Formats: sequence, C-alpha cells, structure tokens
Amino acid sequence: MSLPGTAARFPSFRHGIHPAGHKESTAGLAIEHLPLFSHYLLPLGQHIGAPSVPVVSVGDGVIRGQLLAEPGGFVSTGLHAPVTGHVSHIGPRRHPNGHLVPAIEIRADPFADDRPPPPSPTHAAGMDLGDFVKFVQKGGMVGMGGAAFPTHVKYALPPGRRIRRLVVNGAECEPYLSADHRLMLERPEAILRGTAIVAEQLGVEAVYLGIEANKLDALDALERARCGFPDLDVLQLVPLAVKYPQGAEKMLIKAITGLVVPAGKLPLDVETVVNNVGTMAAIADLFDLGKPLLERVVTVAGSGVRRPANMLVPLGTSVRDVLEACGGISEDTSMVIMGGPMMGMPLASLDVPVLKGTSGIIALAAKDVRVSGTYGCVRCGRCLQACANFLNPSRLGRLAAVGRYQEMQKHYLMDCMECGACSYVCPSGIPLVQLFRMSKAEIRNREVAT
Amino acid sequence: MKHTAPGLVLRTAPFLKHPTDTPNLMRQVLLALLPVVVAAAAFFGMAAMLVVGASTLGALATEYAFGPSRNRGSTLHDGSALLSGILLGLTLPPSFPLWMAFLGGIVAIGLGKLVWGGLGQNLFNPALVGRAFLQAAFPTTITTWAPQGQGFLHLSSANLAAPLMQARVDTITAATPLGLMKFQHELTPLWSLLVGNSPGSIGETSSALLIVLGLWLAWRRTFDWRIPVAILVTVAVFAGILWIVNPETYPSPLFMLFSGGLLFGTLFMATDPVTSPMAPLGVWLFGVGIGVLVVLIRLWGGLPEGVMYAILLMNAATPLIDRVIQPRPFGRGKHNVLEGDAR
Repeated sequence: MSLPGTAARFPSFRHGIHPAGHKESTAGLAIEHLPLFSHYLLPLGQHIGAPSVPVVSVGDGVIRGQLLAEPGGFVSTGLHAPVTGHVSHIGPRRHPNGHLVPAIEIRADPFADDRPPPPSPTHAAGMDLGDFVKFVQKGGMVGMGGAAFPTHVKYALPPGRRIRRLVVNGAECEPYLSADHRLMLERPEAILRGTAIVAEQLGVEAVYLGIEANKLDALDALERARCGFPDLDVLQLVPLAVKYPQGAEKMLIKAITGLVVPAGKLPLDVETVVNNVGTMAAIADLFDLGKPLLERVVTVAGSGVRRPANMLVPLGTSVRDVLEACGGISEDTSMVIMGGPMMGMPLASLDVPVLKGTSGIIALAAKDVRVSGTYGCVRCGRCLQACANFLNPSRLGRLAAVGRYQEMQKHYLMDCMECGACSYVCPSGIPLVQLFRMSKAEIRNREVAT
Repeated sequence: MKHTAPGLVLRTAPFLKHPTDTPNLMRQVLLALLPVVVAAAAFFGMAAMLVVGASTLGALATEYAFGPSRNRGSTLHDGSALLSGILLGLTLPPSFPLWMAFLGGIVAIGLGKLVWGGLGQNLFNPALVGRAFLQAAFPTTITTWAPQGQGFLHLSSANLAAPLMQARVDTITAATPLGLMKFQHELTPLWSLLVGNSPGSIGETSSALLIVLGLWLAWRRTFDWRIPVAILVTVAVFAGILWIVNPETYPSPLFMLFSGGLLFGTLFMATDPVTSPMAPLGVWLFGVGIGVLVVLIRLWGGLPEGVMYAILLMNAATPLIDRVIQPRPFGRGKHNVLEGDAR
C-alpha cells in the first residue's frame, strides 16, 4: 500500500489500485546468466500480428544471432537463433497459452564458441526513417513490457503524422516483477543509448522516462548515466506514484504529460510514442553491437520458487529449465504464471518456452492461490473507483452474466484494457475482467461470423 | 511429451485479490454495532437485548427457510441476514413486543431481500422494509417509548405480549426528544443527546458513540464516506438556514443532527452499498436527497421522525440515479489538447 500522500507527491492517473508489491525478494538481486541447455523452442508467433516465416530448414546449422525467420507481414518481426546449434524441428509445439503453434526448435551445440561475437555496429544517424523501421523490424524488436507489440510499427508514421514526445516506460507496476528495475540499475547506459537513437530518428521535442517511486535508485542510476548523453538534454526523468496500472500506455502518458489518449485511439493520436526500457536497451544492442533480440531479463519469483532471481534468459529456454536453475519449485506450488500476476497467463505445463514478452515467471504456493467465495454484487462501487478507464465494471458484469453483449458495447466494453483492477478489488469475488475478456471474444467471433 | 504438470491450477488473470471480501465487510459493520448494543443494554436493560434478539432470530430463520433451496443455509455465512436483523432490532423501541420484533425480522428478510433475489438484488434496505412494515402495522406500539433507568432486569409487560395480541400500554411511557420538540415545543439538552440518556429507539440514542463508530467505519473504508457527509451537511445547512431565519419556530441544526435516528440511519442504513448509488456524483445526490427529506418530514410532516422514509424514498430513486449518472470513460471527454505539452 502506498503511504498517505504519495499519490499527491508524484504524478499519476486517476483511479487504479494499490496491490502489495512483493518486489522485495528480487529487487536487490543482480541479473544472472543461465547455463546452456539442450533445446530452445521459438514459436513463430511471439508477438501481436502475423507469425514470422522460417528461412531455415530442419538440419541446418545456425549460429547465435542468425536469422531463423523473417517478418511475415508488416505487423510481424524477425526471429533469430538464441544459441549456436542446429535446427532439430520445425512444426507444431506447445505455446505457453496452451495452443499448438508452429515453432522452430534449436538443438544447442555444447562445444560452440560462446564468446560474444565482435560488435558490428550500424549507424542509425545516417538512416532514413523507412530503413530504420525495417532494420528494427528485422532485428526482432517487440515491446518487452509484456504485450509484445512489434516496436517498428510504432515508428512507421502514416503520412502527415508526426511524433513529438517519446515516453520511456520504466513504471513496472505489476507486482513481483523487478526485471526492468534491475535493467535500469545495471544497464542505464544501454537504455539511454537506445532512447537517444529512437529520439533522434523520430525527431521528438520531448523525452520522458517514467519510473514508479518505489524504484528511486533506478532513477538515480539513470541520472548519473545521463551525463554521457549530451544529446539527451531534453530527457526528463519522472518519478511516478506507485499505483497499478501505472505502466499502461495511456495511463503513463496521462501521468507524465497530462494528455488523454482518446478512447479507441493510439498514443500516436496525441503525437506520442511509448516504449519499454527493455526495448530501448535491446535497440541500443541492435545498433551498437549488431545483436538482434536474443534474450531478455526475466524475474523468477513467488512463494513457490526456492531461489528467486532475475535471469538473463535466451529466448526459447523452457520454463522448466529456468525454474530448475532457480533451485526448482516447492512441493506445494500450485500455480505458475508467465508474466505478472495481474495480467500474466497461467501455465498448464512447464515445458513451454520463454517468449520475447515474458517479463516474469511467478510460481505461487497453494496458500497464495486462495479461491475466494463468490457472492452477489453488493453494488459497493469499488470497481468503479478502481477502473482507470472510468468504466462501470459492476454494470458490465451484470450484463455479461446474461450475455447482453451488444448492450455491453454501448457501455464501452471495448475500452477495457483488461488490467484486472476490478476483479482485484471486488469483495464479492466476481470474475469481472474474466467475464469481459470472454464477452469481447464472443463479440469478435460474432463479427467474424457475420 | 507430457504437457500438463499435475496439480497446477489453471485460472485466468488477475491472480491477486484484495483481502476484503463481502462477509468481511459485513463483519466490520457488525463489529461497529457491538458497542451500540452494549450501550443499549446499559440504557434500556435486558428488554433491549431481547428485542434485538427477537428481530435477529426472525431474520436468520427466514434466511434459512427461504434462502436458496440448494445448499440450504449457505447464505447465512455472508452475514447480511444477521446484520439486517440486528439493525432492525436497534431501530425499535425497547418496550416493543418480542413477537412483533420477530415478525419484523421475517418481513425484513422475506420481503426486503429474498423476494428480490437475495443479497445485492434488493431495491430497499431490508431492515428499513421490516421497520416500515411494523410502523404501518403497529403504529401506536412502535411509537411508545419506555423511559431509561428502570434497571437491567426490567421488562415491560408490552415486551411479553402474547403473539397476535396488542400490547397493553400500561407501562410508564416517555416522549422522545423529537416528539417533545414537535408536539410540546420542548428541546432536550444537547448533552443528553450526545450521551444518549434520553428515550428513543434502542440503538439511536447516543450520538457521541455513533459518531466515533462512524469515523472508524469511514477510516476502514467499510462504507462510502460521502454518504454520511452529504446527509449530515445537508441537514445542518437546511436546518441551519431555517433556524437563522426563525429560531423561535425551528430547532437548532445541532439538535436536528443529534436527535432521533438521523445518525444511526445515516451511518448504518443509508450507507448500505446495495441500496445506494455507485458513482461518486450519484452518491452525493443520494445523500443530499436524504438530508432534504429528513428535514422536510421532521418539520412539516405528520411524524416527528423522517429518517426511515427519507432513506427508503432515496433507495427507490437509486436505480434512476445510477442510470443517469455514469462515470465518463477515459478518453471520451472533450478536454483533449494536442497543442504543446499540458505540463
């Protein structure tokens, strides 16, 4: 819970919730490297949009960083070999969401040279925006905060549009997660370098980096590092109130700039682009080292994990391998979540790969997977006070329960960003956001059917 | 390949939950009522305990008998029937016949809650439905007040009236401060209203105690603080204007605030989330409406007290308020500025 007065001291958005942070167990732990494992599994659809298209065949030898699959459309990205080895399988494999999806499996070569290759920098300065967008796309860049939206799409401006503000997202408002926090502490130069590259390319007038006030040490680290970036004199480091969902794009823009992105529109419509700190560091590595997106920082935490950690995980590493490197999970673990506990997905199996958007692996012991009773809605209005989108979740929930989807649309169901704050606060244990996700899927299905 | 790890629970996000649940909210209110019940025992003795017990028993029995037929009695655990029963009892006079209190409990839960579909579905506050029924059915008995200080073990013969028998009004009776004001133009000293040693309904007499409990509940965020603030400020302002204009005819705003069932009704009945609006602006309207109605009924109505009808009337207006006053979704306002940074 925030202390009284913190909300007034640091800027924020209105409404929202204050779940317990649970970040103490990993916030102080430096990012570790994992040993090499035997297999790496890379689903072709790791991002929002069209799946990537393989450019390798089964049996091919691949080296770390080699392109495995090229973008399968504009809203799609490249996919690269996280380790040196050979392609052992291309075909359906289990995605963390439970579906069988096309994937490339790499069998790692244990005798390969594991020294990082010499840097092969690309100078962003001379590029025009079109080449820049293609380069970022091929480099496999996606939003690393969790949504995995292809980054280059945000930079490809429709004719006549411009971007005036770059907002870098270091809020990390999901409980348990500290991956971005550690990255800001340990690689502030990379984050600032990526920020400088993007800011210059887009020609923005203002650059902000928002950090929740429970990570002021990260703010200090960035403040110290910024003297190496004279070009970034427009950068403002902004401490933000500790409140969920502070890291949601529109809430972050509201907190930092006061601008309201119109419902159903993108940050582009207020001439703003938002990128996660992890994405900024990855872009710095892409240009300075010639290293595409191969790995990411993952927080491994929760009451079921024997040794919580922050790990630099090659993409495609299986969740089981990551957890075993952390001492395994306790006997009473009854839930494993990929991502944060507010918006992440539950895993039915540990034999699924870490994806580009995997910010955390949270294992919870049975005592933390409490099923609360469900009661009738007592109309207390707590969900209205929690909803950062100012919807009426109580009414939407009543409509969803009886399948009145059209009426739900009239009550702005489609504005819901599915942050889950309503379900979190509901004293009656009504699965509100769950009903909304289901209703939205039903509405989309009906639209497809007609 | 094995794809499911046995024992892993699959559920969809969010996986975290605020610890407060609905029975917990009910328990907080019940806890706040405990001192009220203890004070009532001190003021009115055993009779008050028996009346509250009878109405509670009626409420619980009805919830058990006519609640969901599958898993009978399961809804007793949410605590709402217990709460309604106790609340009803606390709004009755201490010399009230026990069988009538029991009947009131049945009506409160039966007609006040279950016929609507159970917890959360009712339009009116169940305890007040029970009380409104009793007021209509036994108008004399419910306005017959026993004086305080007759000893803990004292029971009036009215308390023990046989079922379906009218109470014999042979007890010593006393007038409530509001009754004195309305019919005899006699004001009870403020001190006595605060302490609570004046006649009245079982739970309503000690204003000081109710204020402390109200602050505790607001601090715990058990109820929406806007409701009591709106009601009390409205009553104070409305009554204050009348008093300034004509202090001869109208009582002081402090007397209005601390007498009768205003504080008890405001803190424990009007704040019922089920029967009050959800959006903050709607909540303010609801509270102002109750405040205005209380003053109107008390000063110009036929009854000395109007809190019950004021709350019930605004309960009836709640669906309309909720329909008209909706939060405006983020990004659907007219205040978007594109020129330059807003800060």
